[in-house]
Amino acid sequence: MSDANRSRHGSSIGQPVTRRDGMQKVTGQARFAADNNPAGLLYAALATSKIALGRVAFLDVAAARAHPGVVEVMVQENRPALAQHPDDKSVPFSFKMDLLQDDRVRYAGQPIAVVIAETLEAATEGAALLAPRYEAEPVEVTLDAAGAYVPETVGVGAPAEMRHGDVEAGLGSAAFRIEATYETPLQFHNAMEPHAVVAAWDGDALSLDMPTQGLALTQMRLASLFGIRMQDIHIRTPFIGGGFGSKLLSGPQVLGILAARLVGRPVKLVLTRAQMYGPVSHRSPTRQTLRMGAAADGGLTAIHHHLRTATSRFDDFLEPSGGVSHSLYAAPAIATTTEAVRLDTGTPGFMRAPGEASGSIALESAMDEMAAACGMDPLEFRLRNYAEVEPVSGKPFSSKALRECYTEGAARFGWAGRPLEPRQMRDEDGMLVGWGLGTATFPAMMFQGEARAVLRRDGTGVMESGTHEMGQGAWTAFAQIAADSLGLSLDQLEFRAGNSDLPNAGIAGGSAHTATAGSAIHSAGGQAIERLTELAVADPRSPLFGAGNVGVVARDGRLVRRDDDSRSESYSDILGRAGLDMVEGRGSAAADPAVAERYAMHAHGAVFAEVKVDPDLGQIRVTRLVGAFAAGRIINPRLVRSQYYGGMIWGLSFALQERAAIDPRTGRVMNADLAEYHVPVNADVPSVEAILVAEEDPYVNALGVKGVGEIGITGTAGAIANAVWHATGVRVRHFPIALEDITGALEA
Amino acid sequence: MNRFDYVRPRTVAEAVAAAAVPGSAYLAGGTNLLDLMKIGVARPDRLIDLNYLPGLDVIETLPDGAVRIGTQVRNADLAHDRDFRERFPAVAEALLSGASAQLRNAATVGGNLLQRTRCAYFQDTASACNRRSPGSGCDALGGENRLHAVLGWSEHCIATHPSDFCVPLVALGAVVEIEGPQGRREISLSDFHLLPGTTPERESVLTPGELIVALRLPADAAGFAAHARYVKLRERTSYAFAVVSAAAALRMEGGRIVEARLALGGVAAKPWRAEAAEAALAGCLPDADAFRRAADVALEAARASGDNAFKIGLARRIAIRALTLAAAGTPERTPALPASPFAPITGGLHV
Repeated sequence: MSDANRSRHGSSIGQPVTRRDGMQKVTGQARFAADNNPAGLLYAALATSKIALGRVAFLDVAAARAHPGVVEVMVQENRPALAQHPDDKSVPFSFKMDLLQDDRVRYAGQPIAVVIAETLEAATEGAALLAPRYEAEPVEVTLDAAGAYVPETVGVGAPAEMRHGDVEAGLGSAAFRIEATYETPLQFHNAMEPHAVVAAWDGDALSLDMPTQGLALTQMRLASLFGIRMQDIHIRTPFIGGGFGSKLLSGPQVLGILAARLVGRPVKLVLTRAQMYGPVSHRSPTRQTLRMGAAADGGLTAIHHHLRTATSRFDDFLEPSGGVSHSLYAAPAIATTTEAVRLDTGTPGFMRAPGEASGSIALESAMDEMAAACGMDPLEFRLRNYAEVEPVSGKPFSSKALRECYTEGAARFGWAGRPLEPRQMRDEDGMLVGWGLGTATFPAMMFQGEARAVLRRDGTGVMESGTHEMGQGAWTAFAQIAADSLGLSLDQLEFRAGNSDLPNAGIAGGSAHTATAGSAIHSAGGQAIERLTELAVADPRSPLFGAGNVGVVARDGRLVRRDDDSRSESYSDILGRAGLDMVEGRGSAAADPAVAERYAMHAHGAVFAEVKVDPDLGQIRVTRLVGAFAAGRIINPRLVRSQYYGGMIWGLSFALQERAAIDPRTGRVMNADLAEYHVPVNADVPSVEAILVAEEDPYVNALGVKGVGEIGITGTAGAIANAVWHATGVRVRHFPIALEDITGALEA
Repeated sequence: MNRFDYVRPRTVAEAVAAAAVPGSAYLAGGTNLLDLMKIGVARPDRLIDLNYLPGLDVIETLPDGAVRIGTQVRNADLAHDRDFRERFPAVAEALLSGASAQLRNAATVGGNLLQRTRCAYFQDTASACNRRSPGSGCDALGGENRLHAVLGWSEHCIATHPSDFCVPLVALGAVVEIEGPQGRREISLSDFHLLPGTTPERESVLTPGELIVALRLPADAAGFAAHARYVKLRERTSYAFAVVSAAAALRMEGGRIVEARLALGGVAAKPWRAEAAEAALAGCLPDADAFRRAADVALEAARASGDNAFKIGLARRIAIRALTLAAAGTPERTPALPASPFAPITGGLHV
């Protein structure tokens, strides 16, 4: 469907509007947190631990203090008191923090001191001069660590074990069976903007410039930590240079705030790239064993998805990789089980599609292996096992256009005619060519959010919601929703966001920001229009007198009788006659438990990949990616495509590039920079296409939108791994796929 | 980084005199040195800035036909110099396969020769490293060493030299011109870098205060222009150091190889010229058998220094690929993906 067909007449929703902040971003005018330099600013630099377990025995504080420009060194002894222990997790989605509470070290890269100076250079050198000495203890940092345990939950409170039907019986009766183990590495967050804070105290009032994906949650945690009132904490976060789950409140940011408290002056703290590899969460490694059975006709008889993953020694977050197997393919018996180990690393956390990304690469690889075992085309096999209802719960889907995703994606990619056997295709230069497929999936979630709308006497409107612009274009999409809800064009609307003084928009996470804040905005606008309508229809002087609430629509700054376009009145006239400067509407949104009880709600997609592989050298290049996604109503196709591109490119990174190289002897990350921790460059992404497949969902929320932020990474990594197999005949089951995996297997 | 003095000499003589003070370091493009200073690996007391010295950024043809490249010539300028590219296409291709456009605009000829290893243990000041801190040990042994040396390493150090540029240069017999407190001298690039042995901290023959002033490619090096390639195996399509790389250059007459040059990158602490393999190719027909034999000879002494045995096979294969491509002839234009095994996607942009 073309972008033009997608929108209603006069509507902003559905239009491929360019980003409101685009010009600012490309001209360098957009101000990020670290671009703020209040008067009297000092600079803070972290000193971080080089050991992964043990204690800090000595810090040469005197040497750091003596360095010209250094103002203060914050260590355990002089760190300002906190009202709450940093390990307290009473605020939702929070993790234990390292705030210099003791001399213990629990992972490499943990902050162990903060040096505050007149310049960044002095602070940095001061931190180096601390020259810490440690008492190190032996570490365990790999999935082979001892002490595996069976956890009760994974992710955020999801059950770690789920059994539906009789898996062993299903496997026993299968005509074809596979069992395969897939490994994914530890991966680190590398948002373009590192975590940063500019903090200034005025008594017990705290003013902050900092990126956050959750303004209100950050306020709550800071209020608890410092024992101050939420309303005394003012956070400005106009732009965020990427969050991806890492930017709720991080320990280093709190250290910056503590440093400002200690010195009584504003302080800026920005993590270096290397310091991102430790205290700001990561995706934990996984080892996933898939056992699958299929009948002679290719129908799945059982899926068992077993996960071994890791959390830190001191806190809990387990990558919930098995979840994808609950909802994607129809099988009479499905089980997921989990075991975990504790490692001497920082605590893992939310990293774009936590669970779905790592789980998808294993499930999609296994589906490919199962299709091959059945002698079926991978697409035909997936269609054979298409889930008409959610397999485990038995619930109908609120909407599911996955079949259309397969069809449109396959047509665009040219999937038809793909040879069943691997290693059948070559290009004109002799490169091996392979085609692979992966199904994308991500749940449609909602959090709680609020918004406030105002219609003003001059005919313009205001929408306020403390939403988060992380580069995804959220504010553009929200402005479109707001404009429609108020019956205004975009240029008549002032959209206020990115500030903790505004209504709480919930978190920008779980691909649920548009659904949550968008629904709240929609509702606030609706309420403002309702107020205005009450004024008009009750006033005998109005052409709308007696029209009744249901008989009026808001359009182009006017209320119009639904049954008679000629009878209308402008907002200005209605407010003027009523002697009002404005009317206000307040809206809120949250998931409806009754709907969740009745329907399974997920976005879906199909990703097709072409890879070329040098048959002698093993170097791999992804030459084409085509993704077709169905995610309910599309607010802005231009922005949504970009979200899909970004997700798919991350999927490529997952399949072929990203891996933290941790020395098992010390627990230190040996590639903590973007020269050696590889992510794709432009030359790795010659062609990526995203198709927006039409899907209407009357249940998921008032706007009918599902999330698009995370789904692109799912499906893609598996599609690429499957394409590598199709090109070479080599099935690599650990990621990222390396050169030697290909050449080694070809030599063997 | 540490506080340091900054000196801006006006002549080479002033620079050399300034650098005689212990703790001094020359600053050229700064693309490697400044990074190392930021992470505490390099902590010079004095930086001698070469960027304002006159006459060091010139590419000139000498009366005997040799080409002399000033030490301050930027990588990008050299790679895009039309005459240079036509005479030494493999060198241009190697330059364009390295780093990013921004880095190539800043990085210099002399600095490229003197860039430090990418070994993570060298870069991590908490690790033992004989190269950075003599006598401390080598934590790369038994550590993350997938990409470490397979030729010429010792128990004291298994690091590699990361340069692309140096690989075709050493194959073509480049000569390094050096100015120092004792006057001027020159040395073949093959002999310029040192293997680690028991003194890995000695990375080149340069003595304190000595300055590379120019690099010279002899006249006969241009005789390989019709059959010269550089091929580089990377873990992503661009902007990555070589896992292994090879430069091959052939002088062909009547369908036979008259003279061959072959060098490997990413395999040792120096750009590795494979002279025995070159000799084995002389007089041969340029066929797969000959190339395989030459590659075997080139890697004869190779042995794994850790989890990197795969690199030996890959180095052999990349040598064969480079020879095969060289035999097929230098392409008219530098490929859009320089040194990549992958042909450009149709319609792709030229770098």
